[in-house]
Amino acid sequence: MNKLMTAAQVVAQLQDGMTVGIGGWAARRKPMALVREILRSPLRDLTVVSYGGPDVGLLAASGKLRKLVYGFVTLDVLPLDTHFRNARQAGAFDVMEIDEGMLQLGLRAAAMGVPFLPTRVGLGTDILKHSPGLRTVRSPYDDGETFVAMPALKLDAALLHVSEADERGNSVIMSPDPFFDELMGRAAASVYISCERLVPTAQVCSRERARYQPFERSVVTGVVEIPLGAHPTAGVPGYGIDVEHLKEYAAATSPELWQSYRARYIDLDSHQAYVEAAGGQARINAIAPPVF
Amino acid sequence: MSDTTPDRYTLSELCVVACAEVWRGAGEVLATGIGVIPRIAAGLARLTFNPDLMMTDGEAYLLAEPVALGPRTVPPVVEGWMPYSRTFDLLWSGRRHALVGPVQVDRYAQMNISIVGDYARPKAAILGVRGFPGNSISHPNSMFVPNHSPRVFVAGEVDMVCSAGFNPARWPDGKIPAGIRIGRVITDLGVFDFDGPRHAAQIRSLHPGVTRQQVVEATGFPLLGVESPPVTPGPTAGQLALIRERLDPRGMRSATFKEDRVIGTVAGTA
Repeated sequence: MNKLMTAAQVVAQLQDGMTVGIGGWAARRKPMALVREILRSPLRDLTVVSYGGPDVGLLAASGKLRKLVYGFVTLDVLPLDTHFRNARQAGAFDVMEIDEGMLQLGLRAAAMGVPFLPTRVGLGTDILKHSPGLRTVRSPYDDGETFVAMPALKLDAALLHVSEADERGNSVIMSPDPFFDELMGRAAASVYISCERLVPTAQVCSRERARYQPFERSVVTGVVEIPLGAHPTAGVPGYGIDVEHLKEYAAATSPELWQSYRARYIDLDSHQAYVEAAGGQARINAIAPPVF
Repeated sequence: MSDTTPDRYTLSELCVVACAEVWRGAGEVLATGIGVIPRIAAGLARLTFNPDLMMTDGEAYLLAEPVALGPRTVPPVVEGWMPYSRTFDLLWSGRRHALVGPVQVDRYAQMNISIVGDYARPKAAILGVRGFPGNSISHPNSMFVPNHSPRVFVAGEVDMVCSAGFNPARWPDGKIPAGIRIGRVITDLGVFDFDGPRHAAQIRSLHPGVTRQQVVEATGFPLLGVESPPVTPGPTAGQLALIRERLDPRGMRSATFKEDRVIGTVAGTA
């Protein structure tokens, strides 16, 4: 089955009000080209589930969010995302603010097809107060302990960025940490992956590389080849976090600067035009992997 | 830049040594230090009194030896893989001690890094709860606060309780789970803990030149502890050499404070 699509075709599959999971972590391996495609589309009222980075800030600044399910939003090298902060402070979207580990458990519950998973995480904090939909559950065994019942976070769609893939949806993530992309994929009804390189099946997964495969191909709905598709976040191996670009993004908080950022990097005809605007392929490939 | 005279040490160097103490006797656990001084401190503990500590490169690998802060000239020796998924598995098992930097702390040792002000429309949105809820109920945590003031050590409860703590009203039947463990709180003024009666905050030591009155005024809740607390022990010559030559040769620790002043002389060298 050939699952090749364009970024525009992926976004055309999404609908207003959907719950969308965005893979990666902070400023690392975010499917940013797909996010920019959403920014150019009329889509709205999205519930976004994310280990948040500039994906969240861009969607917030563009008024695409109805609700954010998150544990944090950060740009890694810059601790705080100004666009997320401004929108959050204005009360521009609803929030379900949960521990990073609870987010994982919610995705896992959805992947397992169970309504919740029990955890001690969240007890004694304000998480349950601010997300009154969260309930507790009592152990049916002799311990009788009370747990948070972390509800399944079912996703209508997941957007992920991987290193290489074939047209059937086999893929590998070669960066140091696969994060929770596997669970996002398994929690979602439809899964769209962008990849740095489209390669023949025999090259995606050798015996040695198979352990870098996040999930089997039946999880994947669509594949888009977008080299440098994680920029300005890191796409290691290949390129690091574009700190210079993120500073320009974070500084674009006035309406004028934001409009100019949009005109320069978002409202473009093609991904190629974006890469040129961001300094070209050679410049991006020369960005060293981050040192934490 | 620090004053790197061999026998004199600065506030940041004192704080590194005081922070390192949180991992004394911690055993074979993951040492997570958030921020410059906590990271140097974890390295110091690992190189001196706790060789069993594990530490990461801040990304996805466990390192056999601590690395110097800043750009790496030689790739560090990796001893294992620690992606985030494995980090959660580890931390839920309790085999970790984190030294973190809260924005607010209250008398119950509850910490906040999420928002300041009203939750729906906060005066300041910061990071989000991150892993604080899970950390606080799973493994011991300590705190490093470089700006000891009533804005950090607040009078009431913190604006958003991210880390579970010792407020009995927040626990069924007022029973605080045994899993809630606070090590020490190191600030620019002294070292504190929550080991007083009913987990009350108390002074363990004060940094050279700091008075009891000064910390009482800089803290929004009562502090117990002896009337004349001891002075926080400074680095030994050996510790100072490890900090300056091995762990932080670029002197990044100094930027923690507006003025990283010299505050003591290494014992035996005066």
